[in-house]
Amino acid sequence: MEDLNFQHQVRARAGGTRQSAIVGVVASGNLEVLVERSLPDAECAVDIKTAAVGFGAVWSAVIGDFVERYSPGGLKFSINDGGARPDTVSLRLAQAVRLIAEAGQ
Amino acid sequence: MTAPLKDITPAERARSTSFYEASARTRLELLLDAGSFVEFIGPEQREVSPHLKIFDLPEQFDDGIVVGHGRLDGSPVFVAAQEGRFMGGAFGEVHGAKLTGLLRAARRISSIPVLILFDTGGVRLQEANAGELAIAEIMRAVMEARSAGAKVIGLIGGRSGCYGGGGLIAGCCSALIVSEPGRIAVSGPEVIETNRGIEEFDSRDRALVWRTMGGKHRRLLGAADVFADDNVQDFREAALELLGLLGPFGLDRLKAEQRRLADRLRSFGDCGDAVDIWTAEGIAHAEAVPELPADQFIALANRIGRTSRDAR
Repeated sequence: MEDLNFQHQVRARAGGTRQSAIVGVVASGNLEVLVERSLPDAECAVDIKTAAVGFGAVWSAVIGDFVERYSPGGLKFSINDGGARPDTVSLRLAQAVRLIAEAGQ
Repeated sequence: MTAPLKDITPAERARSTSFYEASARTRLELLLDAGSFVEFIGPEQREVSPHLKIFDLPEQFDDGIVVGHGRLDGSPVFVAAQEGRFMGGAFGEVHGAKLTGLLRAARRISSIPVLILFDTGGVRLQEANAGELAIAEIMRAVMEARSAGAKVIGLIGGRSGCYGGGGLIAGCCSALIVSEPGRIAVSGPEVIETNRGIEEFDSRDRALVWRTMGGKHRRLLGAADVFADDNVQDFREAALELLGLLGPFGLDRLKAEQRRLADRLRSFGDCGDAVDIWTAEGIAHAEAVPELPADQFIALANRIGRTSRDAR
């Protein structure tokens, strides 16, 4: 297992009122993303635990692209990864932002 | 023309969602009244397995089971749903403790029934002793909840089926709902083949596996009470139907269950294949049963198949 952590400064706070949301499952080629509204508005953090060791540079690129596109300010992402491909990771991150942007608890 | 997503009612969405394909969370969302689900020990609490990191294996924040309460047609229910894609839905220490705790709540508040959405290969081998103990605790908790008056219904239609200790727990429930892809057994096909040889059971013979362990056979044997088509709405309607039918639990019912099982063994103990059992039950062209669409099969099962409704 490998632990990775990324911190970004972002342009704007993520929309919505929900405090947390979860998408995906930990299975082969899949991952779960838990997102929580727990940071200052201009910050975003991504904590990753992955079974596939040695892909830090790919994760860095995927997370960087995601933060640039969605500006997920105030959100902390916690990922348990079962060896998902970069496109699956991008999809789950987008789903997580969309889910927490809904109205609710 | 496809209607825009926002115009689809929850019932229509549940009708068009395969129970087999859906995640544990989606199953609960669509099974219960819209927006009524409240989770106990949610993923944000990070109650993960204490064992998996020793094996360098990834954890899941809910340890593969979602427990909580919600409403079914306005009435409160306790619910648990296993995620069959995380480690085959297998029982570990935390996973099992969440279900035990839910059943103990049902023992205390026995007017509220429990729905368990099984999707499991059995005990998680990496936490074998803790997992086996969890199975024993859950079986006891099911019987204690039922003795206190709570109804406990199992819903089986997931990709991992209901095997190992999950099959034992299912056997303790007040009633079971099963769909065609749902399989119920204790030892799985490969376990039987490994231990007893390929002459006893060929695990690669998928047709043999389905007609021995699959939902249709379990319904015709009376092991499952209701056969549901593979969509969440069918499971919801079946659960509502059963909740209205189930009677009180006590010693008389246990004795009736013992008689039912003894009768079953007497009637079918010599059969070599599920098709022989269906024929002995009076089904003409029994070999065609696996091909029947759900509606035709349900009509056949209601005419011929036994139920355990007076027993269990």
